[in-house]
Amino acid sequence: MRSIFKASVTALATAAVLAGGSMAFGQSLTGDLKIFLDTSNPAPRATMEQMIARFQAEHPDLNIETTVIDREAYKTQIRNFLTADAPDVATWYAANRMRPYVEAGLFEDVSDLWEDADIKNNLASTKGAMTIDGKQWGVPYTYYQWGIYYRKDIFDELGLSEPTTWEEEKSNCAAIVASGRACYTIGSKFLWTAGGWFDYLNLRTNGFDFHMDMAAGNVAWTDDRVKQTFANWRELIDMGAFVANHQNYSWQEALPFMINGEAASYLMGNFAVAPLREGGLTDDQLDFYQFPAITDGVAMAEDAPTDTFHIPANASNKDAARAFLKFVVSANEQTEINNGKNLGQLPVNASSSIDDDKFLNEGFAMLSSNSPGGVAQFFDRDFPAEMAAEAMQGFQEFMVFPDNLDDILARLEKVRERVYK
Amino acid sequence: MTTETEIQPRSWYKRNEIAVTPWLFLAPAILFFLVYVIFPIFQSIGISFYDWDGLGEARWVGLDNYVELADDSAFEVSLWNNLKWLVFYLLAIPAGLFIALFLNQTVTGIRIYKSLFFFPFVLSQVVVGLVFSWFYLPNEGLLSNMLSYIGLGPLNVLGDPTWATYGIIAAGLWPQTAYCMILYLTGLNAVDPEQVEAARLDGAKGWKMLWYVIIPQLKPATFIAFVVTIIGALRSFDLISIMTNGGPFGQTRVLSFYMFEKALSEYGFRMGYGAAIAVVLFLIMLVFIAYFLWSMWSEERGR
Repeated sequence: MRSIFKASVTALATAAVLAGGSMAFGQSLTGDLKIFLDTSNPAPRATMEQMIARFQAEHPDLNIETTVIDREAYKTQIRNFLTADAPDVATWYAANRMRPYVEAGLFEDVSDLWEDADIKNNLASTKGAMTIDGKQWGVPYTYYQWGIYYRKDIFDELGLSEPTTWEEEKSNCAAIVASGRACYTIGSKFLWTAGGWFDYLNLRTNGFDFHMDMAAGNVAWTDDRVKQTFANWRELIDMGAFVANHQNYSWQEALPFMINGEAASYLMGNFAVAPLREGGLTDDQLDFYQFPAITDGVAMAEDAPTDTFHIPANASNKDAARAFLKFVVSANEQTEINNGKNLGQLPVNASSSIDDDKFLNEGFAMLSSNSPGGVAQFFDRDFPAEMAAEAMQGFQEFMVFPDNLDDILARLEKVRERVYK
Repeated sequence: MTTETEIQPRSWYKRNEIAVTPWLFLAPAILFFLVYVIFPIFQSIGISFYDWDGLGEARWVGLDNYVELADDSAFEVSLWNNLKWLVFYLLAIPAGLFIALFLNQTVTGIRIYKSLFFFPFVLSQVVVGLVFSWFYLPNEGLLSNMLSYIGLGPLNVLGDPTWATYGIIAAGLWPQTAYCMILYLTGLNAVDPEQVEAARLDGAKGWKMLWYVIIPQLKPATFIAFVVTIIGALRSFDLISIMTNGGPFGQTRVLSFYMFEKALSEYGFRMGYGAAIAVVLFLIMLVFIAYFLWSMWSEERGR
């Protein structure tokens, strides 16, 4: 009697599972789903946890286990856990930054997800950043613009307006320096902030295609066009445009210069807005402009780093992982996690709505209509890791000792010859 | 019959107990030493002949990594910085000795003073690094303020490639001096009062007393202080990581930090190159280790 009852229950359950599987995706998800996150800052962490809770509510039979790892530590730990004890879903970054793991066969090819009409039509803008060798290796979940965040009240006080050309940028800067302030705050202790400056100066001086050609290793660092980028950079350095002793500070430690009005602007990603607001700047004091054009005729191109989700090749529950990736990029979730209360960044899904925030609106408009040249990821995501590490160190040295430029470029050229061989 | 069973040979273990027991006690230590120290040393040396990103296939490159090291200016800088660390870190020994001599008296509350002087050694290196990096801050830092009182311009110790390494070494000396001091304080307790008395009768005092009577008796303490300081200098990593992260532009890196950057850090994917740096560091350490072992051995033989 009992065994008959048990058997029929099993049969019913199997039928339900089969039916569920054919009905809507994910209804049948069971087992464990291990998610590793690098979103260790309080706000992104809460956002992710809420999002995972909503996914859990849709799939009550799934046993989801979330591990949040410190963002910096994650960058070194990922190599271990991808090979040894792989989760089912892991966060990472787009473009070249994922290449080592793609080439080592540690990320799952998810091109099938990108065939899905929803994703194919709505995520087209980030597809390139997720593609290596013609296949897609993950999905994006957020991206954000870079640009110049500035103190509007200081600009008003000095009678300056948002510059659109290099000449205006320099004359603005001269006025700011004359008023006893620095034009730009920057903290280059951890080097990557200087990479942002190089990106923009090179994109504006030589254009997107040249920049990407450089990232691919096809241009010598000693090339005259590269030297022109540094010559433009040097104009700013010689004016005293950057805060002094920036090599001692992290990007967060450089924020007070702007908050206290000792520096007028900051070339940064949109994530700088939250701490600037918390530091006491109101939206009347804080504003944003696109990095001005330098060379005439060079199409504007922007940095918009994309953060991503991947399925490790060694994952054990790839069905659930695929369902989770689909869930993350769905229009509703994208609207929710990127709004001002959560990540405060741009949704990757074209059908999502953007939160009504001054900076997000400006950023979205800039990226969708005023970046005809193309959208780059960021220096250390577009260039191979080794090249990026050496180059950013060179940028920092250049910003402190501009006279060392020839020596720096010769060194970088040597590295290029080795890295891309 | 019965007698035969009685003189049946004892078990093998019983017969060899005295010879075997020490090895049994040593076995766990030997096993772990082999697995976690000796084997990795040879493994590192092996990896240093490969080009390997830690994930994919390793490719044999022979001595290429070492050839590249010979021509690597960052490696050269790290090597020189290691040398600076070795030389200047040794200042902890005389400094520790003089503080110990100063504190080796019977005054009320001397224990409190001793504890206060010992205090920095108790702090974590991370805390020491943080405190000193605040002390060195270019504008707000205590050092810049003190310098401005005596009319010297602001000095950005950690941002200046020529000063940064010395700044970090100074931070490292603070706890290391305390360590050497405690070693000498225990050593001073063992100084033979009769010899001091005899020397005093012969008219020795001041420097002569110190140099010819006290210091020779502190030899064991000096040896240990020397060993821990040399090893401390070669292991310097945490302070650099906290205070400058190897910067400005890599000018404060030492070999251990450079190895970490090349092999294990955010942008590091060159296990073979990192291993080659580790091998060079190991050879440098080997010189000192050999000297320490040799001097300990000759000491024991001399008895």
